Amino acid sequence: MNQLALSDEILMTVDKPARYIGNELNIIKKNLDEVDIRFVICFPDVYEIGMSHLGIQILYDMFNKRKDVYCERVYSPWPDLHKIMKEQEIPLFSLETQKPVKTADFLGITIQYEMCYTNILQILDLSQIPFYARERTGEDPIVIGGGPCVYNPEPLADFFDLFYIGEGETSYDALFDLYKKMKANGKDRSDFLFETSKIPGIYVPSLYEVDYKEDGTIASFQPIREGVPQKIQKQVVMNLSDSVYPTRPLVPFIKATQDRVVLEIQRGCIRGCRFCQAGMIYRPNREKNIDLLKTYAYEMLKNTGHEEISLSSLSSSDYTDLNELVTFLIDNFKQNGVNISLPSLRIDAFSLDVMSKVQDIRKSSLTFAPEAGSQRMRDVINKGLTEEVILDGAKLAFDGGWQKVKLYFMLGLPTETEEDMRAIAELANKIAVRYYEIPKEQRNGKCQITISTSFFVPKPFTPFQWAKMYDRDSYLARAKVVNDAVKAQLNRKSIKYNWHEADVTVLEGILARGDRKIAQALLKVYEKGGIFDAWTEFFDNSRWIEAFEECGIDMDFYTTRERSLDEIFPWDFIDAGVSKEFLAREWNNAMAAKVTPNCRMKCSACGSMRFKGGVCYEDKN
Amino acid sequence: MKIRIKFKKYGVMKFIGHLDIMRYFQKAMRRAEIDIAYSEGFSPHQIMSFAAPLGVGITSDGEYLDIEVNATKSSAESIRALNQTMVEGIEVVSYVKLDDHAKTAMSIVAAADYYVYGKSGSELPYSLDELKVKQKEFYEDKEEILITKKTKKGQKTMDLKRLIYDFSIDEREGKPVFYLKVCTGSTDNVKPELVLEAFYEFLGSMFDASLFQVHRLEVYAADENNGFRPLSEMGEEIA
Ligand code: SF4
Repeated sequence: MNQLALSDEILMTVDKPARYIGNELNIIKKNLDEVDIRFVICFPDVYEIGMSHLGIQILYDMFNKRKDVYCERVYSPWPDLHKIMKEQEIPLFSLETQKPVKTADFLGITIQYEMCYTNILQILDLSQIPFYARERTGEDPIVIGGGPCVYNPEPLADFFDLFYIGEGETSYDALFDLYKKMKANGKDRSDFLFETSKIPGIYVPSLYEVDYKEDGTIASFQPIREGVPQKIQKQVVMNLSDSVYPTRPLVPFIKATQDRVVLEIQRGCIRGCRFCQAGMIYRPNREKNIDLLKTYAYEMLKNTGHEEISLSSLSSSDYTDLNELVTFLIDNFKQNGVNISLPSLRIDAFSLDVMSKVQDIRKSSLTFAPEAGSQRMRDVINKGLTEEVILDGAKLAFDGGWQKVKLYFMLGLPTETEEDMRAIAELANKIAVRYYEIPKEQRNGKCQITISTSFFVPKPFTPFQWAKMYDRDSYLARAKVVNDAVKAQLNRKSIKYNWHEADVTVLEGILARGDRKIAQALLKVYEKGGIFDAWTEFFDNSRWIEAFEECGIDMDFYTTRERSLDEIFPWDFIDAGVSKEFLAREWNNAMAAKVTPNCRMKCSACGSMRFKGGVCYEDKN
Repeated sequence: MKIRIKFKKYGVMKFIGHLDIMRYFQKAMRRAEIDIAYSEGFSPHQIMSFAAPLGVGITSDGEYLDIEVNATKSSAESIRALNQTMVEGIEVVSYVKLDDHAKTAMSIVAAADYYVYGKSGSELPYSLDELKVKQKEFYEDKEEILITKKTKKGQKTMDLKRLIYDFSIDEREGKPVFYLKVCTGSTDNVKPELVLEAFYEFLGSMFDASLFQVHRLEVYAADENNGFRPLSEMGEEIA
């Protein structure tokens, strides 16, 4: 057993010491003398959240399959330990070896949401690695970023040596092989970084130069050296079924957010909702073979002992063999006390039937995500869901015995009017009407409808990347319109309304579409004590406002400004498959409230066909 | 069929609290394919109960859980199956069948014994012989050892003497090692630290728990002759 990096005394004082000791079931142990590359993989949030992330489990499994690589994990130390580590200058360590992260060859950080950016700086700081990539030497690990946020890595560009754009399964082997070769030949850090820029999907920010126009937008974005590619191709795994999957995932001792087997059934989405980044960057939609999934389900339950299995995908209802898969899971595992959870299912007769088998109807609630209240607004966002479908689904659910319904919407969408906002409350009311149409003696008291709204944040590589945002007060005013409208409904007593705070929305907007100028402000926020900004109890908006002011950054430039169709965006150097022409076409369709059919109905030539597979070729083989 | 399982908990696993150890064993039962029985109802749970929860930071050679199974393999096979899927720091050492009418371990726990080892910094300004004299004065010679314990309602005076069944002192590498057998269970639960606090106070010193490692040796039920029997001795091997 390893000597722990933290003393008993520290571990006995901090909350949940299990976060820092490793030793979980299915942990990989290796002899450090027998590996050439130590890769520490990091999810920059608390252990329980980081441990729940499928992507990390996939890479952990995949990297460790290589004999010459040892992949170790690290998560963000909770603020109680953070303080102790700073005071006592204890270097951040990996869970596997308990050795300092700074002694590893790579530090790979997955970047899943904007509000974890300050936690990335915390990781670097506690690891005692210089914040700025340009200040690092051969003594420091190569810091590499991945995950959905790297589709605009620019606000973080100064802090990373490399970014990996796209799905991790494809190019890491090339990166590791190159690293070994260059290390053996005694090449230095900058030579290595230059060579990596030739690996598909690898972006080396220090090898590019950005020029800005007087108005602050980008004039040009160019490589500074011959041989460095103009554009970075996102990486996609075309044959997902042949790809690696962790059938022995790690099982934490403390309850993680995902305390269950996660079965990824497909990647991508055929729908093309215009606000959704995942639906665009994971194109084309690729399904996994059903027989393989059955084997995985069996093995993973056996190898973990989990009492629950969940399907993972952006839109499970679109998986071709869903019916067969779900029936298999119920038939084979239900009687062994295994719960089956089915998120992201469209509500229809099939899904209700399935859910009635796997849930306690009276306790559980049904989730609808119409995203917008009015039909016009749903057409703008291309959410191909009609009011009729929603109401029929609700009716079916009520007939089936459900009483609780959760509704998710977005506010602050492009072209949104007060009428659209009020339509949210009206839709909830119409759903309640469907419930009270059931004869009194057949229903069980009142129904409970919960509306939740979040404020829309435009993301790169979506048709809404041109959309302007609003200021904080304007967001809250929108929520107030909905709240007032809810109070005006006949069935208001059956409707509950929750909305989010707006400060974070504005910041997310800045970080999502920010450029390299943002980096200095991020560091300032961290220096003012900003960590765990994704957690309301630690988030402090004033630190951010001050930091932007001190750096002379105009927040409105990134949020409320109108962007022209020909503006060069900070992320335009990435080739994400979907072309800018397609996105612009979709933006125009949105303005005209024109619906675009999904990939299975009709191809819209988004640009992803060149990956040569998935849904684009489904009926062509 | 009722089964009693005994396991050891050591190394870094001492940082995993009681509730998480329960969750750990629930998953372990599935991995080892123990044919455990489930409760009725919409969300059935495994029929499983633990003897005496162990505090975070404490290691143990004698932890117990009782389960109910529909059918079982032999003790040896079951132990092997469980140990194949254990993490480092948890080891199953016995798996015995209980009488159908046996009470749960939890309800019959009466005593537990412990070693409390000093770590560096815990050295005392007494020789071992002097300490033993002091210990005799504190424990053997006394009729009662009154301490005040803070409770939710305020303070409560209690007599420790009748709850300490055994107490001796040894030394290892200049640091004290205490052996204690104390009353354990739901009514008069005594933690070894509580006894040592009282003893240190008697010495005119302060007991700093962070300088000691507490290690549980065994958990007992009372037997007919006013003695104690280890919980694992109350069942029989399955051939
Ligand atoms: S090329 Fe056509 S079918 Fe393929 S992802 Fe794009 S729109 Fe869908």
